Amino acid sequence: MPLPRTRGTALRQQLAELRGPDVPAKALDARALAALAANPGCRRRAILDGAGVNKATLASALGSPSAFGQSQFALTRGNAFEAKVKADGGAELLRLVHEKLDRHAEPPVDARVPDLTAIGPEGRTARTALALREATEAYGAWTLLDHPMLALDVAGSPAFLEPDAVVVHPDGGWTVVEIKSFPMLDGSADPAKVGAAARQAAVYVLALEEVAARITVADVPAPEVGHQVLLVCPKDFSNLPTASAVDVRKQRAVTRRQLARLTRIQDIADALPEGTCFDPARPAEELTSAVESVPATYAPECLSACELAFHCRDRSRAAGAVTSLGRSVRAELGALTTVPDVLAAARGEAGDAADPTVAALRRAATLRAEALGAAACR
Amino acid sequence: MSLISTLARLEAVSTGRAQPAATVRHRHLAGRPLVFVPLTTAGEAGAPLGALVGTDRDAPRLLVVPQPRDRDLRFQFLAELADVVLPYVDSYAEAVEAAERNETDPETGKRVKVEVELCADAPQLIVPSRAGIDFVRLLGRSMRFRRTAEQDPEAPHPAPPRVPLLGRWLTHFGERARVPGSALLLAATELLSRHWATGQSTLEDQHLGALLAWIDPPAGMTGAEAAHAAELARDAKGQLLHPPAGPATDPAFDNKLLAPALERYDRARTALAAAEDGLEADERLGELTAAERAIRDLVESRTRPTWDAVWRGLDLLRELPEGARVEERWTRDRWSFTSHRDRITAGEPPQPRRDDAVTAANKLATREREQARLEAQEALDDPLVMAGRRLSGEAFAGEVTDVVMTYSEGKRPSPRPLVTLRTDDRPHLGERVKVYRSLGGKPQSAEFVGHDGDGVVLRILDKMGRGKEPEPGSVPEKGDRLCFTLFEHEQRGGAKLPDPENTPWTHGGPPGEAPHEAADPLTAEDVL
Repeated sequence: MPLPRTRGTALRQQLAELRGPDVPAKALDARALAALAANPGCRRRAILDGAGVNKATLASALGSPSAFGQSQFALTRGNAFEAKVKADGGAELLRLVHEKLDRHAEPPVDARVPDLTAIGPEGRTARTALALREATEAYGAWTLLDHPMLALDVAGSPAFLEPDAVVVHPDGGWTVVEIKSFPMLDGSADPAKVGAAARQAAVYVLALEEVAARITVADVPAPEVGHQVLLVCPKDFSNLPTASAVDVRKQRAVTRRQLARLTRIQDIADALPEGTCFDPARPAEELTSAVESVPATYAPECLSACELAFHCRDRSRAAGAVTSLGRSVRAELGALTTVPDVLAAARGEAGDAADPTVAALRRAATLRAEALGAAACR
Repeated sequence: MSLISTLARLEAVSTGRAQPAATVRHRHLAGRPLVFVPLTTAGEAGAPLGALVGTDRDAPRLLVVPQPRDRDLRFQFLAELADVVLPYVDSYAEAVEAAERNETDPETGKRVKVEVELCADAPQLIVPSRAGIDFVRLLGRSMRFRRTAEQDPEAPHPAPPRVPLLGRWLTHFGERARVPGSALLLAATELLSRHWATGQSTLEDQHLGALLAWIDPPAGMTGAEAAHAAELARDAKGQLLHPPAGPATDPAFDNKLLAPALERYDRARTALAAAEDGLEADERLGELTAAERAIRDLVESRTRPTWDAVWRGLDLLRELPEGARVEERWTRDRWSFTSHRDRITAGEPPQPRRDDAVTAANKLATREREQARLEAQEALDDPLVMAGRRLSGEAFAGEVTDVVMTYSEGKRPSPRPLVTLRTDDRPHLGERVKVYRSLGGKPQSAEFVGHDGDGVVLRILDKMGRGKEPEPGSVPEKGDRLCFTLFEHEQRGGAKLPDPENTPWTHGGPPGEAPHEAADPLTAEDVL
């Protein structure tokens, strides 16, 4: 007799069915989570990510392949730089943490670098939690956790995250370290890239806070997770590492709020028609209707964050949605959400003249026509 | 984005073609601009892969770094770039005209007019996109502190002679590009999207190919279809038909074409170095040359479409008549060019890594002032821009329905005519708010008196001459169509900042001796 299913295993089963049999799950990483948190209203992204569907493969199967990809040069460079930073037992990395974040502590010598290998993400998560507990108890010593594994509950299903490194300070505090290969030129880096790194690090901080809350060390308060993370980048045009402390309190608050807002994956899964499956091996029409059965919230920002964006953009444009021109455009047009509606209102063919949006549109249309007419006469 | 430009975008969606966002050209285009289409290596800072550069659209100069991680090859590239850019820049440094500038006399402290040189024209650099401007700045930063063998005979890996100078010029171009309305360094995407509204978002407008596809779609295609093809169409080998405008390359290009070509080049180089006799070396040199040739072809195949696209964009822009006040802004660019030329001739050190407090504050103030100037001038030059200001209540246009002559009270009464203007616009007018109109290119001011039905009553305040009777043509007449703005037409400079040596302690105090800007330390490894 089979064991009665708990709610958790039932959802897991349901998600595996959505993904399709024989399709390995794609793990949610911090980058994906940060992107999800940036567009919390998108149920399509939430369920696909939650079910571990490989969206790039799905997008190709739908006929709108994503344009994402990483150059092998960037990859080699990124790996080489990370290896350089962590070389020699992380001596350079710990020196940077000491210098930028914890100058009053003893300088790191002979830091502990526990072995974190284990089988499967669950095993590695447990191993990491254990290592964190031991490191926190080892008062007065520096510990470097190289590629630890953290679990975070996202909309009812666990996501496994792998920060570049976590450092435990002698006072028991924890710091997230992000190693990036974009340069810090004269002490400043590309703000867009720093912002992305900060959002990613905020996800790790949240996950670490959950681990910290579970650790109870006798007579010691729960360890503190630093809201300052260390961003390590190449200095100027060299491959020497330099670092800067980045305060991620804002990103942490935003991500926490958005993750809490995510529609529960269970609810989205329950609302799907029977037999829905996102297996890329299925025929394109079937896949399209499966994808269409979950509503998406497309905005042009998706193009740089989601593999499915070109598919959603085609749909959004076909529906004439004004959001495909940008969120600000959508915000400006009030209740008018499609291109034909707006143009009809502007021409005076539809819409209520008492509506301030419609009145402003008509005024804008008149002024524009007048200006273009005047220019044509010259 | 104003509602008018939103409307233009929506019209572009429904008509399938970009719609005008300006009726005149708001930026100066030089007769002989230098177009620069650079490519960079993914993941490396300041490691160019190659570039097309030149002033002749049919004969660009192709520069290639066959192994971007090799310092010597990078220097060779930069030296070749200097050979193209510096003669172009220098060709504008010679021809000058006399001009006057107000300067403070150091002895008397009075403002006096000084006769100075002003370059008759200035160079203009055009890159494909915003990222290209950032890359110019990055190249400038990577070169300007380098030491040549002449400057520092001890330095390992000296830079070729003219490279630091090129770095200083590129830094100047990059800095100037941050000033609103300037035209020394322009990005084609920004120029085009300023003048046309496409049926896509501003984010997607940063793709030069897609932007051009909307403005000038090929026959039989809508803008949306052509833009989609420009963004995504790939050939049988998975390569984009319209390579990105750079400087970043497409990852599929890097992985499938460039990486094997670089590997072949490296192998050929190692083989040549290991050659044992002349005959063998000749043969292996042949292979090296072939490998280099292959990389050159690859780089050309990725930059040439962008090169052609930039020139096509310039053609489209030249069809628009130049705005009346564009020339005035270009003169400011000429001043900027001339003063940097003078700094270099005077042997001043390269621009510092960080500006001191006074310089930084001055730069910020300049950008703010130029932004206000640009907004005012664009509106005055272009009825379509003015329409946006009218919509937002910052300007109003209408017909004069009544003019009543009144006079100011005082010993010498001056004319203060009351003008009634009938307008459909809804300007934000408060009591005695000043408004301005353009009278023969100069602003004439008036103040708001009150409403009269759907008319606005204004009192004209100046530009009517000294006599009791206003000069002919200076007072509006019944039936005139006029446009008044609530914003000023000419920008006044802000409060003068202290000299750097008088920087208050709140801002770090006097900078003292200019810090000696050392060259970037070189790492032992040749790779970046």
